[in-house]
Amino acid sequence: MNGAIEKANAEPRWLRALLLFLGLGFLFFFLFVPLVAVFVEAFRSGWNAYADALGDRETLHAIKLTIIIAFVVLPVNVVLGVAASWAIAKFDFRGKGLLVTLIDLPFAVSPVVVGLVFLLIFGMQGLLGPWLEARGIKVVFALPGMILVTLFITFPFIARELIPLMLSQGADDEEAAISLGASGVQMFFRVTLPKIRWGLLYGVILANARAMGEFGAVSVVSGHIRGETNTLPLHVEILYNEYNAVAAFASASILALLALVTLAAKMLVEWRMRRENEALDAGFLPEGGISFPSRP
Amino acid sequence: MLPGFGVSLGLTLTYLSILILLPLSGLLFRSASLGLDQFWRIATSAQAVASYRVTFGASFLAALINAFFGLIVAWILVRTPFPGKRFVDVLVDLPFALPTAVAGITLATLTANTGWIGRPLENIFGIRVAFTPVGIVVALTFISLPFVVRTLQPVIEDIEPEIEEAAASLGASRFQTFVRVLFPGLLPALLTGFTLSFSRAIGEYGSVIFIAGNLPMVSEITPLLILSKLEQYDIPGATALALVMLMISFALLLCVNTLQWWAADRHGGNGEADA
Repeated sequence: MNGAIEKANAEPRWLRALLLFLGLGFLFFFLFVPLVAVFVEAFRSGWNAYADALGDRETLHAIKLTIIIAFVVLPVNVVLGVAASWAIAKFDFRGKGLLVTLIDLPFAVSPVVVGLVFLLIFGMQGLLGPWLEARGIKVVFALPGMILVTLFITFPFIARELIPLMLSQGADDEEAAISLGASGVQMFFRVTLPKIRWGLLYGVILANARAMGEFGAVSVVSGHIRGETNTLPLHVEILYNEYNAVAAFASASILALLALVTLAAKMLVEWRMRRENEALDAGFLPEGGISFPSRP
Repeated sequence: MLPGFGVSLGLTLTYLSILILLPLSGLLFRSASLGLDQFWRIATSAQAVASYRVTFGASFLAALINAFFGLIVAWILVRTPFPGKRFVDVLVDLPFALPTAVAGITLATLTANTGWIGRPLENIFGIRVAFTPVGIVVALTFISLPFVVRTLQPVIEDIEPEIEEAAASLGASRFQTFVRVLFPGLLPALLTGFTLSFSRAIGEYGSVIFIAGNLPMVSEITPLLILSKLEQYDIPGATALALVMLMISFALLLCVNTLQWWAADRHGGNGEADA
């Protein structure tokens, strides 16, 4: 290629500068400044006020509840996400397109609507509410309801990562394992799981961030019982509405820290996936191995 | 034939039915008992219509802002070298990782008339952001920011340099090349990103309530109206509005699927990997 054409294919210097200015300026004001502001506001009254706010009994309880919900929700969605991806990626059946759309559905529904839907079923005026109440089972305004809505909200994350990954890998390795006499369980743990582990981890990281940060849906079914059904995001709301800005931002800073850890973990996993992909291209791994999945 | 088809599909269908389809059909069931007249009266009441205007108007503006800046950000992330690019690339995902309540209180504090951004805006330009509809647009722009960038980035990466070289060697200016050659290729992804942004924004609740001011008829979004009806034990009202939102979500989901299919078609059929 001659120089003139190459030159024609690069933006002029002034345009390049303008694009950088607009793009980075936008990200600076919309992402960087808010991120910094969370921590500045949290430490506005000094380290002691920050520590006091976090040491508060209700804050600690909110942190505990947030972790419990993620601990219950993630394993269930890992198992179901892997099962759904296995059925969709390795087999052909009628209505597959519809099934993929249904899996995406929780992404499209407003969190408030999700909360309402569970309230309509399990609430006192709901379809199952009175029946459950008579048996002393509390779903709404209690932990089970909060777990249910979080399961709903985070269901698509893992399947969405795994389906394209498993599709690109094909079924050759698994078929080879079976024809060599492996059981289904052996095949899964020895062949499939090692190939999808980074994609799986990627999905878990994203699902975890959402599970711990979910606000709208959990807010509807929690009933806002202080010190009982408050997760950390709900606790932030209460403190903020009480004009206790330092405490609200102290709790918010924990969630912002979680976001930063999520981004770092995501970057590491992406880097690992790319490396395995490159190793594959260089022939270090069996063919049809790991590929780099699409972004969410 | 691989094992596990029955188990995995059975498990998936059972779970989907119990956790997702059954609850959603409960909503349909509940609104069916309303009757069409009452449903229509609630869904088209003045307060509801005003909330749609705020929700959809602000979401549309936010998606438009994100389409414009998202295209620029995706372009410079792929094409223009600059220091700290990796850091910026990672930062783009922040709105997916940061809980919306945190985004809400932070943006409200920043844009209030005492905040870092709100004070100069009000003093110099006389613009108020927090506790006005402008604040809603700001919050929705934040939470739906990554979609356009992330749908465009792989498509820009895949542009073959030969295409641009051919256009340039045939005498096209850089501007002509972009508008006539590159942009049509990016359009399906841009529209997909726009629709994803829009559909995420209309359902958003957590970040908006802190910054909106929540004045009925002026800055009240539909999800908040649903919640306030619920808090007044107006369950039919909440149900009817939720059904409206749900139907719109379905329609948008269908749009996204069609757009992705169109984008995949343009890309020579490897749609699953791009989706």
